[in-house]
Amino acid sequence: MTCINIAPVKFSNNSFLKKIIKELNSRFRSDISLLALDLEMEQTYSEDRGQFFSSQIISLSTPLTQSVPGKILLITEVDLFVPVLTFVFGEAQLNGKHSIVSVCRLHEEFYSGISDDDLLFQRTMKEVLHELGHCFGLLHCIDWDCVMHSSQGIEEVDIKGNFYCKTCARSVDGLK
Amino acid sequence: MNNKKEKILVVDDEKIVRESLFHWFQEEGYQVETAEDGETALRIFDKNKFDLLLVDMKMPGMSGLELLAKIKEIDKDTIVILITAFASVPTAIKALKDGAYDYVTKPVDPDELEHLVKKALEQRSLRVENEALKGSIDEIIKPDNLIGESGQMKKIYELIHTVAPTDTTVMIRGESGTGKELVAKAIHINSRRKYFPIIPVNCGALAESILESELFGHEKGAFTGAQFKRKGKFEMADGGTIFLDEIGSVSPKMQVELLRVIESKQFNRVGGNQIIKSDFRVIIATNEPLEDLVKQGKFREDLYYRLNVFSIVIPPLRERTGDIPVLAFYFLNNFCNAMNKNIKNISPEAMEFLTKYEWPGNVRELENAIERAVVVGKGETIKVDDLPFHVSSSQAAGTDGDNSMSAMEKKHIARVLNENNWNISRSALELEIDRVTLYNKINKYGLRNPYK
Repeated sequence: MTCINIAPVKFSNNSFLKKIIKELNSRFRSDISLLALDLEMEQTYSEDRGQFFSSQIISLSTPLTQSVPGKILLITEVDLFVPVLTFVFGEAQLNGKHSIVSVCRLHEEFYSGISDDDLLFQRTMKEVLHELGHCFGLLHCIDWDCVMHSSQGIEEVDIKGNFYCKTCARSVDGLK
Repeated sequence: MNNKKEKILVVDDEKIVRESLFHWFQEEGYQVETAEDGETALRIFDKNKFDLLLVDMKMPGMSGLELLAKIKEIDKDTIVILITAFASVPTAIKALKDGAYDYVTKPVDPDELEHLVKKALEQRSLRVENEALKGSIDEIIKPDNLIGESGQMKKIYELIHTVAPTDTTVMIRGESGTGKELVAKAIHINSRRKYFPIIPVNCGALAESILESELFGHEKGAFTGAQFKRKGKFEMADGGTIFLDEIGSVSPKMQVELLRVIESKQFNRVGGNQIIKSDFRVIIATNEPLEDLVKQGKFREDLYYRLNVFSIVIPPLRERTGDIPVLAFYFLNNFCNAMNKNIKNISPEAMEFLTKYEWPGNVRELENAIERAVVVGKGETIKVDDLPFHVSSSQAAGTDGDNSMSAMEKKHIARVLNENNWNISRSALELEIDRVTLYNKINKYGLRNPYK
């Protein structure tokens, strides 16, 4: 069974991490572990945009995690981008090992100024499951109730479901 | 699940841009190829058919505009979207005149790009798809949890089949818990709008003060804390369906707003001047007769007539008892999977309880009853005792039409006991009999305390 490693990079909220790992444990039979990574992210920072380049962060993490089995999901508080797009919630290697999720734009505070921890957790779980889904080879799903539906804006993160649909679930190894 | 077959060609001289867009479109399920310049793009285009090209305006050698002209000469139906770092009005006008579908400025909002590509491809495929669909579909696609094979449900599936391909406003009526939202979803996923979202709005749950911002969105700085623009429900439903649940609870002020938006399909975000246009279909649901609300002056007559175009009435569960076993097993299977339990059967006695119970809370109540039974159930079979007390005791109290004096007394005592959580002293006080008499009656009628 494929184990899943959660690697915080520029992420300081330990109780939030624990909550994510607990939730993943309730959904997967696989081992869910916390992975400490000594990643120098500064070189991926774009001064023009005030954001970090997600593909480069994934590239930097690759040599550091060669001996780590399973999937690796980086989680960060900084805002991410890829060229052409204004931002990304996350990025994943399709059918690969690495993915990254940023909670920066998942904070309700970012949009309405109102802090909502429960909503942040729900949104983060959706994006974590979504990016992991890509690592398991899943493409975007047309079912809005499926967590693999694409979400290019926060509204769409909120609309989509927080579980894999039956069809997508078949491709995710170790799901309960 | 994703079965997109559309092919996209990304043309950009920057490797990093090509790679980003390649991965981005690949995750969407498109077949993607990339080219570093116009000449390479033409060579690739010559060998393969593409549905959409995303072309950088400024490239060494052949420019994006030149490539656009050449592509349009080869196949005028191919969609070309231009990307530019610096938008200027004259070039934009030239691009559109030359047949570009649209142009976007780098960096582009992912939501905007997704919507643009989806809409462009949808428009292209719609004509063909509509023709192909006509006559070929004789069965509707049901959401996983829309269940029932009774005559009443089959009639509903027929109505969904009839109304789904149209853009007609649909009014779904039914008691609470009958599955109005599932029927709305079935209509949506059987319509041409299926690739866009269905946005549910529970009108009863929204406070008047935030309803406007929820429905129409707000601009950055529209009010304290609005740090970022936000789309409202009507804007999110662009291309898709808006499902307005509990429409009867909307205030008179909002009814006016709703009528205006539903008719004009345009509105302003809170704090904004720009008119937002949105192409949505309206499905509404109500568990109270709107006609009565109109008569009482609580619901606008013009809005009622605007909404009451095609009506679907979902029968309560007690009127389609034939569906109860299949629903019960469906929920049993779901909850067992979720809770890692291995309950496979429902005992005949328990099933009899389930089929005879009145189900005032309809399918939702049945779902909750099965969930509770899976939580407390041991072994491989659900027994009567595993069911929630209000199901078993109500049945024990007789819902079988027996109106004899003793049956009524049994029913009355069971109800009072249940209301008092089987507290004998309080129940006896309410029944105005002493505790010993109450114990005797409990034994006589075989009533059971579900809390023990």
